[in-house]
This record gives sequence, C-alpha cells and structure tokens, in this order.
Amino acid sequence: MTSEGSALGYPFLKALKGVVKILAILAISYLAIYLLNALLGDGVDYRNLPILGSRNLIWLVAQVHLLLGAFLLGVPMFAVTVELIGWKKGDGRFDRLAHDFTRLFTLTGTIAAILGGILLVSLFILYPGFSGYMRSIYSPTWHLYIGLVLGEVISMYLYYYSWKALEGRKGMHILLGIILNLFGIAIVFVTDIWVAFMMTPGGVDEKGNLVSMWDAINTYAWMPLNIHRLIANVAFGGSIAAAYGAYRFLSAGDDERRAYYDWMGYIGNFIAMVGLIPLPFAGYLLAMEIYAFNEQMGISMMGGTFSWLWFMQAVIIGAIFLAANYYLWTAMEKIEGAERYRGYRKYLLLVIVVCYGVWLTPHSLVATVEEARALGGAFHPVLGVFGVMAAKITAVFFLIMATFLSFMLYRRSDKRPTVSWAGKGNLLQVLLLILSAGAIIFLGVYGYFVPAAVRIRMSMAQVVIVFIFMVLFLIIEYFLYRNAEAVGRIRWGDMPGRSQYALIFLAITFTWLMGLMGYIRSGIRKFWHIYGVMPDRSPQAYLPAHGVSTFIISIAILIFFLLISLVFWMAREGRH
Amino acid sequence: MWWIGALLLSLVVAVVAALRRSPLFTAIGLFFLFFSFLRSLSLIIPPIPAFVLRWYLLLAGVALLLYFSIREETFERFKAPLIALLVEREMRFLRVPVFLLFPLAMAYMAYAYTKPALSPPAESRTIHPEPPVEFSFRGKRIKVLGLENPLRKDRANLARYIAEGKEIYYRNCVFCHGDLWDGKGIFAHGFNPAPLPFRGTDTIAQLPEGYVFWRVSTGGPGLPPNATPWSSAMPVWQDMLSEKEIWKVILYIYDATGNKPRTWE
Repeated sequence: MTSEGSALGYPFLKALKGVVKILAILAISYLAIYLLNALLGDGVDYRNLPILGSRNLIWLVAQVHLLLGAFLLGVPMFAVTVELIGWKKGDGRFDRLAHDFTRLFTLTGTIAAILGGILLVSLFILYPGFSGYMRSIYSPTWHLYIGLVLGEVISMYLYYYSWKALEGRKGMHILLGIILNLFGIAIVFVTDIWVAFMMTPGGVDEKGNLVSMWDAINTYAWMPLNIHRLIANVAFGGSIAAAYGAYRFLSAGDDERRAYYDWMGYIGNFIAMVGLIPLPFAGYLLAMEIYAFNEQMGISMMGGTFSWLWFMQAVIIGAIFLAANYYLWTAMEKIEGAERYRGYRKYLLLVIVVCYGVWLTPHSLVATVEEARALGGAFHPVLGVFGVMAAKITAVFFLIMATFLSFMLYRRSDKRPTVSWAGKGNLLQVLLLILSAGAIIFLGVYGYFVPAAVRIRMSMAQVVIVFIFMVLFLIIEYFLYRNAEAVGRIRWGDMPGRSQYALIFLAITFTWLMGLMGYIRSGIRKFWHIYGVMPDRSPQAYLPAHGVSTFIISIAILIFFLLISLVFWMAREGRH
Repeated sequence: MWWIGALLLSLVVAVVAALRRSPLFTAIGLFFLFFSFLRSLSLIIPPIPAFVLRWYLLLAGVALLLYFSIREETFERFKAPLIALLVEREMRFLRVPVFLLFPLAMAYMAYAYTKPALSPPAESRTIHPEPPVEFSFRGKRIKVLGLENPLRKDRANLARYIAEGKEIYYRNCVFCHGDLWDGKGIFAHGFNPAPLPFRGTDTIAQLPEGYVFWRVSTGGPGLPPNATPWSSAMPVWQDMLSEKEIWKVILYIYDATGNKPRTWE
C-alpha cells in the first residue's frame, strides 16, 4: 500500500478498485440471497439459525457493522478538520496527523463493506418477511444508499491517495475531504430513515401500506437520530483516533515518535470531548421526540424495563468524564507553568466525583428485605432526592462545566496574559462561573417543586445557561490570552503510560456506551419489528434479560476492537 | 456499629500518613473515613443500602487512586510502601504475615459471598413499572396511553368531586397511605414494601393521572410481569370502587398534596 504516488491517475485507479470491491461484495450478497432462498425454499417469514439464533446473529453483525460505519464517518470529519487547521496554520504536524488517520479508514472500509454484505444476506435469509416489507417501502432509498456508498468509496480513495499529488493544491484536496464527509453524512441520514421508521413509523396506514413516502422518511425520531449520531460520530472518531495515538505512543521506540503520538492522542481526545459535551443535549432531544411519538414508549425507556440500563449508562458516562479529565490533569504535568493551576485539580475532581455519585444513584434501589424495612417507605429519604431527573440533569451540567474548566486550565498552563485588564478579565470569568453554577443549582432545586412539564422546560434553560457560560468564557479567554507570553514549553512525549491507557479506556468505554444506548433505542420496540405496524412473530419476540443483552453487546464490542486492532496493526506495519 | 472500627482505623492511618507524609496512607485513611461517614449516617437517616454503598466506595477508591497518580512524583511515593513491602529485606517480617493474611482475607470474602444465607436476596424494585397498552376495567378495555381524568375538565363541579374524593380516601385509602398522605397509615407498618407516599416530588408528581388510574384500578395483582420481583398488597380497587369514584379520589390526592399530574406539554 502506498499513497506516495504523485500522478493523479493513481488515485482514480484506486477509486475504481474500491468501486469494483463494493460492487463485487454487493453482487456476491445478492447471489448468496438468491441461492440460499432457492435452496431453503420461499414463502416463510422467519428462518431460525441453529445454536447462535437469528436475532443474536443480526444483533452482532449489525452492531459491529454500525460501529465500523461510525468510525468510517467520524474519522473523515476529524481528518478534514485537522487538515484544514494545518493548512491555515501552516503547521505540517496537522497535515501528517490527518494523513495518518486517513490511513486507517481505507482498510476499515473494506471490513465494514464485507460485514454489510453479511448483514444484508442474514436479514433477507433469516427475516424474509420483515426485509421484504422494508424493501417494498424503501426501495428508492436503498438505491440511493448504494449510490451514496459508491460516492463515499470514490471520494475516500481519491482523498487518501491524492494526498501527495494535490500537495500544492491543498484547497482542492480539502474540498475532496468535504465531499467525502457530505457523502458520509448523507449515508447516516439515509440509514437513519429505516431505523427511525422501525421505532416511530409514519407515512403508512394501519395495514402498513405506504401512504406518503416523505412522512415515512420524516418520522419523529429521524432528525433527532441524525443529530445524535452525527455528534456521536465526531466524539467516537476522536476517541478511536486518540486510542490509536495512545497505542502508537506506547509502542514508539524513540522520543520524536513519542512526542508526535502524544500530540495525536491529545488532539483526538480534544475532538472527542468537543463531541461529547453537546451529546447529552442531543440525546435529550431524541428522548423528547420518542415521548412525543408515544408516551408509553418513553415510559418503557426511562422508567420501565430499561431503567437499569440507564444506571449502567450513568456509570459509563461518569467514567468517561473522569478519564477525560484525568488525562488532561496528567497532561498538565508536561507543561512548564502548569504548576500555577495544580491546586485547582483536587476541587475539580471533587465536583466530578460528587456529580458522578449523584448521577449513578438509582431512584429505585436494590435493597434486601431488612434494608427495605429500614427505609420505612418507598424511597430512601436522602438518596431518593438524588434519584430524580432534577438532580441528575444538574449533576450532568456540572460534569460538563468541570470538564470545560479542566480544559481551560490545560490551555492556559504555558501562557501568561499580557493585557492590562488581565486581573479584571479573570475576575469576570470567575463571576461568570459563580453566576452560572448558582443559576443551574437554583433551577435544579426548583425543579423538585414544579410539574414535570415545567421541569423539562427548565432543564432546557439549564442547557442555555451552560452554553452561554462556555461561549462567554471563551470570548473573554480569547481576548485575555491574545498575544499572551509563553511561560514555558510543552514537553510533548513526556507523559506517563497510564495517561495513554486512559485514552484507550475512553475509546473502549465510549464504544461500549454506544452499544448499550443503541440496544435501549432498539429494544423499546419490544415485540415489534416496526412499532405498532409489524409485530415480531419469531420465536425470539421477547426482550432478553439485561445480563444476556449486555453480554451480547460486550461480545460485539470485543469483535469490533479485535477488528480495529487489526487495522491499527496493519496501519503501523504499512508505515514501516 | 462496626463503622466505629473503620473510623478509628482511618484516624490511625491518617496519623501514620501525616507522620510519614505518605500518599498511600493518606488515601487509605481518607477511604476509611469516607466509609465510616457513610455508615454513620445511619444514626440520623435510614442506612444506605449495600448496593449503593458499594458503588460509592468504588467511586471513592478510584477517585483517590486517580488523584494520587496525577503527578509522577506523588505516584512514586504512593507506590513506594507497596514496593518496599514486596522487595526490601527489612520488611520481611511484615511481608510474611501480609502474604498469609491477604489470601486468607480473600478466601473469607469468597466464603462469605457463597455460603447459604437465610435472608432472601436483594430485590431490584421497580417502583413505577411501565403500564400495559390497555387493561380491563370490569370487562371494559381501557387504553392507558393518553388516558385523562374526565372529571378534571368539569371545572364547575371540580370542588365537589374533590370533596367526594376526600370522603372516598378516608373510607378506603387512609389506613395505608396515611392521614398526611405520607404512606404511614395505621396498617402501613404491616407491609413490606411500605405503601407509597403521595407527598413529595417522586411519586404521583412524576406520573400522569392515567397511570395512577391504572395502578389504583388493578392494584398489586395487576402489576405487569416485568415489574417483578414485587410484593404489593394494594387491592384491586375496581372490584370495590366505580370508575368515577377512582377518578375522584385521584383528583383528591393531587389536590391535597399540592402536586400536579404529569403532562407532556
């Protein structure tokens, strides 16, 4: 594998190869469906896969395919942004970084396409009734999807292999990257049509006949899902890129490489955090649309069968925040001048741990008979206060603000402002923090005394406050540190190994979280393929126990990381 | 009251930590201090269930470990006593008992976890299970989704309905749910789990009226299978009260407690 060719014909040749590869996988999949149908006989709605079971196979393949797809869509967003920054700043490191990431996705694309083929065959062979119905409704979007995938593959190969050839025409190369991302975003939007329809169907009559194509596309969950997945892809791409940097850092043989990969991990983590911070808001929007579509579905999701999975979600997201902050705090140690801000870390840790504790306190407690008796009521008088949404949302906002502040401390560690109003500017930022934190606490506490509908609106006000706080803080920060003097240098590569394991932990935990949340989203359909339209009449038309479902999710995550490790390893070997 | 032991231990470790300026002993001291704090809360509030306590302790342990490993120099000092215990010659007299006691302690924990216990296992309680799509009320099918209190719209007679609801409450519900709507009626102590309070923000304030109607109508036996394990003694009130009477009593409990039914708009 080489991208060093400078002639423009070479990238086109590679793109053609990519197109042939996709078409070959598609042709093999269709042929397999045709042959297997002929062999097994038509006219059934379900076929059972022995031992593993049809549902488990679809679950595993779809989950791994989705994760690889998310990676394929997230990393180009990351790569083009980094390339653009490098071009504008004239810093070659950014360009190298973008190129290094791009190396990862050509190979990932092939694996994802093969898994896509397996998923297609599995769906049409094991769930012919459901797949046939979806095809009858969404045939045009399926053809659009194929066209978009081919567009994505062509632009992906052109983008990667023309790096050298378009070195002198960077604007053109970045435009290629933007086109690649547009294809990626369009793919997310099209696939979300199908998923959203299964959850919150529209555009069909009671018997499932198509009435309006646009209504079948523009369902309740479609746009919130698009937004949620796009933001999550940015965070996911960043976290995997950071894990790649960490892996290369840990296996680097010299200081130069260690410095470079340390920086790569930092940039990856930064992008992941930028994506992570707005993610709860996007999730909230999706949940609101689910409630708007069907109140009962919302209750099943938040207060019914799945409520214990939200507890797991709280544990995982809290761990993500903790690890991300830990990484920033350890990274401050390599910055000369950061000692001025060391003292703040313990307070930030305290805020994060307290908020984490509030977030993971369940409303319904697991209690022994003696404990339940000692409670003397349905809820614990103190823990019950932490268990409701008013407390949890407030805790999440504090987690976000603490992480934002950790990053700000990191950013200013090697600088000293030179403007005359530096003291006042700092004071203004502190006042802003106190006011915002006070307002969030006030609204959080007030939320206990108002009806749910009002509380939901108040949590939106909390979102706005956090957002305004961050924007105003950054504006002041920008003017405060413009023309700032350097008080030291950043010793890139001078990082303990455990900081890199924190990055790997972040990537794994983030992926795990995606699997878990995806299961909840999909599981709230319960015994419906398409909620309220097409019931699941297969032998697996039941929700598995949480232990079983989390086990399958974990297996999918393990397979994904084995595959991605293979990609990391091959990318590393390719470099040598 | 074995948290007192933990408190004393944390104080001893804290003294050692201060004398030796050791991050490891500081972390251990803080951990036990936190543990004894959580346990001692049982003096003023009901004890924190072991399930939650374990999570808090895990979180505290991780947080302490992270804090003391941010700086390389501190982390080296944090590890130093452990490394010394493992390799230094003069520590061999301590090493032998530690090497003996540690596996013994682990073995005891394994034994304690696996030995048959007389008490029933801990239950994960779903206080507000998800409702079914519809349920049967004296042979009539009622959809829970979007179910609204028909009496609430009749503004002219609302005060009368509430007054009638109050009478129904005092004839039927007060014995368990209490005179102060706090779930502490005269029969409440006989039930485990205890009857739900209606005051506060975490029971009826979280629920739409249609949900409350379903719960009152079908009682404990009407709870869905996915709400198990459950042991509610709530009667099936549709056998004793009419549809209108149940709506009246629902109006009353919201009015009496100052709560508003949950709405989505």
